[in-house]
Amino acid sequence: MTTEPTIFERSSPGRVGISWPAVDVPERPVSELLGPENLREELPLPEVSQVDVVRHYTHLSSVNYGVDTGFYPLGSCTMKYSPKVNEEIAALPGFSALHPYQDEETSQGILQVLYDVQRFLAEIGGMDAVTLQPAAGAQGEFTALMLFKRHHERVGEAHRRIVIVPDSSHGTNPATAARCGYEIVKVNSGPDGLADVSALSSELSGDVAAVMLTNPNTLGLFESRVTDMSRMIHDAGALLYCDGANMNAILGINRPGDMGFDAMHFNLHKTFSAPHGGGGPGSGPVAVKGFLERYLPVPTVGFEDGRYFLDYDRPESIGRVHSFYGNIGVIVKAYAYILNLGAEGLRSVSENAVLNANYLLSKIASAYDVPYGRRCMHEFVASALRYKDSGVRALDIAKRLMDYGFHPPTMYFPLIVPEALMIEPTETESIETLDAFAEAMLAIGREAQSQPELVHSAPHTAPVSRLDEAEAARRLELRWSDAGD
Amino acid sequence: MHPEDLKYSTMHEWVKAEDDLATVGITDHAQSELGDIVYLELPEVGTAVQKGDVFGTIESIKTVSDLVAPVSGEIVEVNEELPETPEMVNESPYSTGWIVIIKMDDPGELDDLLTADRYERFIQEG
Amino acid sequence: MSYIPNTDADRRRMLDSIGADSVSELFEHIPEPYVLDRPLDIPGPLSEMELRRYAAELSGRNINLDNCACFLGAGIYDHYLPSTVPAVVGRSELYTSYTPYQPEVSQGNLQAIFEFQSLICQLTGMEVANASMYDGATALAEAALMASSITGRTEWLVSSCVHPAYRDTMRTYAWAAGCRLVESPRTGILTDLADVSDRVTDQTACVVIQNPNFFGAVETLAEAESVAHGNGALFVVCFDPISLGLLKPPGVFNADICVAEGQPLGIPPGYGGPLLGLFACKKEYVRQMPGRIVGATSDAAGRRAYALTLQTREQHIRRERATSNICTNEALNALAAAVYLSTLGKQGLRRVADLCVQKAHHAAEAISSLPGYELPFDVRFFKEFVVKTPKPVSGINQRLLAKNVIGGLDLEKFYPDLAGHMLLCVTENRTIEEIHLLAEVLSQ
Repeated sequence: MTTEPTIFERSSPGRVGISWPAVDVPERPVSELLGPENLREELPLPEVSQVDVVRHYTHLSSVNYGVDTGFYPLGSCTMKYSPKVNEEIAALPGFSALHPYQDEETSQGILQVLYDVQRFLAEIGGMDAVTLQPAAGAQGEFTALMLFKRHHERVGEAHRRIVIVPDSSHGTNPATAARCGYEIVKVNSGPDGLADVSALSSELSGDVAAVMLTNPNTLGLFESRVTDMSRMIHDAGALLYCDGANMNAILGINRPGDMGFDAMHFNLHKTFSAPHGGGGPGSGPVAVKGFLERYLPVPTVGFEDGRYFLDYDRPESIGRVHSFYGNIGVIVKAYAYILNLGAEGLRSVSENAVLNANYLLSKIASAYDVPYGRRCMHEFVASALRYKDSGVRALDIAKRLMDYGFHPPTMYFPLIVPEALMIEPTETESIETLDAFAEAMLAIGREAQSQPELVHSAPHTAPVSRLDEAEAARRLELRWSDAGD
Repeated sequence: MHPEDLKYSTMHEWVKAEDDLATVGITDHAQSELGDIVYLELPEVGTAVQKGDVFGTIESIKTVSDLVAPVSGEIVEVNEELPETPEMVNESPYSTGWIVIIKMDDPGELDDLLTADRYERFIQEG
Repeated sequence: MSYIPNTDADRRRMLDSIGADSVSELFEHIPEPYVLDRPLDIPGPLSEMELRRYAAELSGRNINLDNCACFLGAGIYDHYLPSTVPAVVGRSELYTSYTPYQPEVSQGNLQAIFEFQSLICQLTGMEVANASMYDGATALAEAALMASSITGRTEWLVSSCVHPAYRDTMRTYAWAAGCRLVESPRTGILTDLADVSDRVTDQTACVVIQNPNFFGAVETLAEAESVAHGNGALFVVCFDPISLGLLKPPGVFNADICVAEGQPLGIPPGYGGPLLGLFACKKEYVRQMPGRIVGATSDAAGRRAYALTLQTREQHIRRERATSNICTNEALNALAAAVYLSTLGKQGLRRVADLCVQKAHHAAEAISSLPGYELPFDVRFFKEFVVKTPKPVSGINQRLLAKNVIGGLDLEKFYPDLAGHMLLCVTENRTIEEIHLLAEVLSQ
């Protein structure tokens, strides 16, 4: 397969991709209107015919693998099937062709969607109030930590400067805490893969502002001691945050708010089926207990006297984290998904997600170490350490899976498992797909022992073979240029 | 395995001392663990460092590590070739891959460093 | 239905295989008091048919821009959305993929983003661009944080002619990071550059100007640049991507960092989200730049290929020392913008910019000749302009709505001293008939 040239290499002077109507108003020279000193001399954009634009991107799509292409077991990402009806609904002009500043009287339908989603997420999380503004999970974490920061300021505890995270946490947790000016203290997990209560206890002090946990955690294990930890944390005057990335395991079964968490975020592009878009857009709403509601970003959506409205009446708000109200288009998809499924549907999502993960774990456990036991929640971490002596590492196994038609699982995360492969099948995969994936994993395990070079040099049938990522970082060619520099 | 005439730190650096000048680099073990080096953040000549201070960073595609001063003193020379050809650290960590030269405040600090044998054992244990 | 393929028979087989009696056994370890003992109190389930019907009804309760002539701008714009854009971003190999951490099977996304970065550099005259931020507001906040990180200074000097929501967002991020937002006042609807010069100190990390500014007016970037650089501060420009079809780009003005809201580039208004934060800077600062970056390289067979690079700056590796906490960005919208810019190309973007300028100026002239209306500020403008109205703006907008016209922004919403002033926007999407209808209703 030849590689597709860049769009710039399909450019030829004079070509256009779309026609425009003639100017229908009296024309004046642009230099007169804008001032000649303000006009640019050159506009070095490509000139491509429409057929070439479309062929170019069609070719690019054909070398790209999505959930619609096949199984995508990325742990911690919940790559479930994105229902097409949700795409359609979000694209309705009545939802997508709306201006955020148009009169509220003219946007009652969308305001109702937002109000309802606020309520649904509060119910699902066991919380009291919700902001839909954060545009992604990381921004949700940021928002929540700032709510905590504001709260501590208000109750005379502004000196608290430490945030505790477990060693298994997602990288956004410490990165976000650093963004809020906090010092990060890492606490090691216990030998059972759960947060170590005594290790946590020894770090709790009057200087701790917050503890950030993920539940179920990144090893796919339910943190059953959260309520004990919550008590200790609150007794120490700190607050407890839940990274809700793994909600797919506990929908309708367990709620962070009931376990003592003060705030959490949701990833609508994970749990609630909105597509990942190649890296975004996402949406990271934050749900909080009542005492934090007063600090939420403005506006939220309110309902009074039969009408929905944008509520800016929050004098103690931390302010804005987004230019408008959040990633509305993504929220609409989550809304449609929740209504489509209802309470029983959401519960069966988690039941099936957990069953699928346990089944898959049992099918590959003969060939890979699963350090934390034979039961998991919606995801599990396997280790490829046993193949290291043959010269085969988790990275090689991941690349070889591509030859079998699968997207690899998450690699090298969490950091506490060596040669980690984090596998999350989700509920939208059939037993046949799981069996085929397990077969591939076992076959690769055998290859690692009998033909390690085959694995080590994979992929062989992907659109490109293994890339030289060191060269990318050294060369730093970050844009196209016709000088080829 | 590791050159006998050098001293080593627990941060996987080597030191070659000549009079009061200490040439510093990272060990073969370190470069192998890091993988292909793509970038180094180096200090300015003239910077004063205390033993244990971070004086720069070294970056591969999968990680960034601190460069920690094994002795106290003043940075008097920096390997100007490294920004252009960071791979020299992988290829010859003990010669052309040297990183800085420190004019030592107290050559006595060299005694706190490890011999090649003890460094070997340190790697085996850890 | 939950899009779950497995039947009860499939589940039975799976349970037998793992040696469990029932699915509930898999949840037994959750302490009983914390297992929800009732169904979630949410509506549904709705079948697809019922969902479609309900969505049609609910969305029908909104007046939308397809049915109206929209003269409202203020950060979100009714620009024309070419048909190539939805055709490409609707391809599910592209939109159902994840972040391209496995480059061998993600060359589609990676090459598209590499081209996006290149197009943004061409548009702005800057050396490097990232793969997107959440929106213009957070892109601007991250630019200021980056300036602080580079200079070691904590003050952000921002013109009050920058979009109010962007300043609010910057204020929140400043507070979080221990930095300080300093606002410089306006004269009329332009930045008071003399005041900026007075206000800059040796603690100023960046001087931030939006051009065209929130009021649509063209600012004097050259002067702002010399104030910034003359004091060791970084020069940060927030631009309008459509305006760069005609206007001199930030790169020519020696901007260190430039950001924008990319929504005009093929993204629907969407009630304000998802959007697209554009971010570009000088190459010397690339290691401090937040967000993902795609670079070119080769594969084992020597073919040109693309991969995420400089990942060591990002949260998943650098953790608390990352340049930003951003993970998920607006990748699909960046793809939309790349398709938009590829479709329009050099001639098309110039054309769209010109249509905006011509139509906006024609509308301004028509309105300023109406009794009681005036354009009180003598400024150069691109596609938006400020009009002083003889009657309250809200009443005017009500009358416009009755004719399916969405009127301009009541500036009192953000600037109390500009009560009785309306910010009107005219894009290439507005016809001469619509402009005359606007003028007609205004004159009543």
